[in-house]
Amino acid sequence: MTLLHPRDEADVADMVTWAAADARPLEIRGGGSKQGLGRSRRPDDVLDLSALAGVIDYAPDELVVTALAATPLGAIQRLLAQSGQMLAFDPPNWNGLLEASHAPTVAGTMACNLSGPRRVRAGAARDHLLGFRAVNGRGEVWKSGGRVVKNVTGYDLCKLQCGAMGTLSVLTEVTLRTVPRPEAQGTALVFGLSDQEACAAMTRALNAPLDVAAAAHAPGPAASRSVLAGRGPVTALRLEGHAPSVAFRLKALQDLLGSADSIEGPVADRFWADVASVHPLLHKAERVIWRVNPIPSKAAECAGALGRLIPETEVFYDWGGGLIWLSLPLDKAGADGGARAVRGQVDLVGGHATLIAAPAVLRDAAPAFPREAPAVSALSGRIKAGFDPLRILNPGRLHEDR
Amino acid sequence: MLLMPEPNAAVLSRRGEIVAALRRIVPGEGVIDDPTALRVFESDGLTAYRQPPMVAVLPETKDQVVEILKYCRRNNVKVVPRGAGTSLSGGALPLADGVLLGMSKFNRILEIDAANRCAVVQPGVTNLGVTQAVQHLGFYYAPDPSSQIACTIGGNVAENSGGVHCLKYGLTTNNVLGVEMVSIDGEILRLGGKHFDAAGYDLLGVMVGSEGLLGVVTEVIVRLLPAPPGARAVLMGFPSIEAAGDCVADIISSGVVPAGMEMMDRPAVEAAEAFVGAGYPLDAEAVLIVELDGCEVEIDHLSALVESIARQRGVTSCRLSATEAERLLFWAGRKAAFPAVGRISPDYLCMDGTIPRRRLAEVLRRIRDMETQFGLAVANVFHAGDGNLHPLILYDANKPGELDRAEAFGAEILRLCVEVGGVLTGEHGVGIEKRDLMDVMFSRVDLEQQQRLKCAFDVESLLNPGKVFPTLCRCAELGRVHVKGGKTRFPDLPRF
Repeated sequence: MTLLHPRDEADVADMVTWAAADARPLEIRGGGSKQGLGRSRRPDDVLDLSALAGVIDYAPDELVVTALAATPLGAIQRLLAQSGQMLAFDPPNWNGLLEASHAPTVAGTMACNLSGPRRVRAGAARDHLLGFRAVNGRGEVWKSGGRVVKNVTGYDLCKLQCGAMGTLSVLTEVTLRTVPRPEAQGTALVFGLSDQEACAAMTRALNAPLDVAAAAHAPGPAASRSVLAGRGPVTALRLEGHAPSVAFRLKALQDLLGSADSIEGPVADRFWADVASVHPLLHKAERVIWRVNPIPSKAAECAGALGRLIPETEVFYDWGGGLIWLSLPLDKAGADGGARAVRGQVDLVGGHATLIAAPAVLRDAAPAFPREAPAVSALSGRIKAGFDPLRILNPGRLHEDR
Repeated sequence: MLLMPEPNAAVLSRRGEIVAALRRIVPGEGVIDDPTALRVFESDGLTAYRQPPMVAVLPETKDQVVEILKYCRRNNVKVVPRGAGTSLSGGALPLADGVLLGMSKFNRILEIDAANRCAVVQPGVTNLGVTQAVQHLGFYYAPDPSSQIACTIGGNVAENSGGVHCLKYGLTTNNVLGVEMVSIDGEILRLGGKHFDAAGYDLLGVMVGSEGLLGVVTEVIVRLLPAPPGARAVLMGFPSIEAAGDCVADIISSGVVPAGMEMMDRPAVEAAEAFVGAGYPLDAEAVLIVELDGCEVEIDHLSALVESIARQRGVTSCRLSATEAERLLFWAGRKAAFPAVGRISPDYLCMDGTIPRRRLAEVLRRIRDMETQFGLAVANVFHAGDGNLHPLILYDANKPGELDRAEAFGAEILRLCVEVGGVLTGEHGVGIEKRDLMDVMFSRVDLEQQQRLKCAFDVESLLNPGKVFPTLCRCAELGRVHVKGGKTRFPDLPRF
């Protein structure tokens, strides 16, 4: 095993070129916090980007920040907060979920396209990557996008890098869009709803002109492990913005939902951080955790069917039903980690499911990432070949052939 | 003048056979080969360039699109897809030896799904048509390019269209959930969907903004947003561009994200005011329109904030729209800025670079200097919130050499945009217009990487060739792997 420590982008290019000459596969590692994600088999040689860290440029009044790939996400978030800004897509910390201790990096977050509760309104990570520099599988340095918020020059390859899990190029520098941090926030709460009622309530809220920023529902068991424990299932709808507007909309939202409760301040921050980090499902070891993205209106139906299929299943909902976190007991999940059951149900309603946290043997037993239609898969394979013809960048991390 | 790829004589000589084959796929009126009738398609919104296609075909079904593309692929015939033909960058300019594939008959709204806040529409539905179809449910479709009455969703997907509201609500790419497309091989692919964040490579993200080079979209799932309860606009005049630019920066820094924030310089204001009579202050060097939307409480709060920021920046006149009619009047001048300029000049070229906003005053000063150099005047309108400039270069095509001079002027402006850290195009697309400037912004390697993506979709480069890239794609050459010097340089580097 060779551990490669590039000092800068030129080193990355040299090292990838070296690996390409022998067609040696490389594991691309930023902070190492996502090592537990996806298939467990990894190349022997590791390209460790940790030295490529630091913010290059931050212009609050341009709403953009440019940073080297392995800059810790937390460092960027703290810097933005000093100027009253943040990343709109609300990147979650999955260290508890993935049993990782290293700090997540900005490029790792983008490569996984990870977004938190605000995603339902603000868009995903992929919507906020404005430009990047990278090294392709030929060892060539290249760039795409720009450092301005509005740009349609050439193909939008920013989208392609997000979610590619490092299989197309090694990101060395990223430029992200920033947004003002809301001056005020408030979260309306409704207790005691069934999953079906909660999903209907979230839809009603998101369809109203109230600019709901996040919408989550924790059924009884998940709610009992949140900061709102003790009152049964809880449905939470977050509003953000300028203070007079939040006050007005919170009242309107409560009227709409018949809600008498609300939270704000540190309690609300803690609640939403827990939703982002999947905290309510992390209480027990020996679990398999799936991220399911059904067609939102089918969320309760999908989760309900899975609950009947696999005993002791625990769930909670985010993104107004567009995201279901699913926890299956290891001994009930079966040899494929529940893949057949979960994907079977998701296929019935439409959507997709990803195996996020499970023992390595299960992550190799079934594809962690969902199957693609044959034409899409073939096209994606040709795209991979265009970026990394020798298949040396994170091979097999996303799909067996990529 | 730009050069298009040399027409293929072998294809041209088979024109009759190709027309007959297309008629077998699309019977009746759907295949147009009469030279006079083809003139309808000879240009898009970039009217300086005209070229009738070899033949135009207007399919009505997805199966016909599949068969047309399969036929063209088998017979090595180029295809130029077209929506409403409103592209400002020549994206739909036909080729002399190409089939023009018009998607105008795909004009149905297939489904409105309120529970999932989306609509499934065919690509020939107009941008405004989507909003009109969903507004009774309290929804709207956010991207609103100025051509929204005419331009189609399919064209919006191809160009990743923006509009005055994209600072707050995003471009097309942020508002499209899925597409169904047909590849040049005739394969049907469904990308994205009503669910969030499809796993795997984001092919939907790549299709949006691909300017008709990667596939033909046959269905689009658009995201719907609840319509804001209200909107009001603040109309402000400033004694200098610098003061207006500073005001924009202060508004952004204060944490306000307006629904729209538009600036016009004096020549643009004068032209617009003479045309529309929107009540713009004619004594100002720059006019700023800031739109605030949301609930009434929010609008009141934010408009007071914006007005107080503007006062600190020396605003000379400041009016908050009192009625919806007045708000629309404020916008009428801005939205009519292009035709208004068309009244004071026989022709104009519209540029579309984006710059970091902090360089605004400097860039406008240098554009003023260039006016003398090129002997042509410029009126400036721009999306101030996101730094997207639309300098309108005034010229007269009937005066020998003026078009060439205007194009050279435009190229110089775009080079300046890139020089200060910006980009060639913010929302109009590269098309043919900025094609030959791509190497100002991108290196050879950058462009090769983009073209390798094209090869994955369209290995023979039959879809819209001659657009976006200054050189034609040679996939065999681009696919070759030759790793240079891998072992010689690396051993000195630290290894642990």
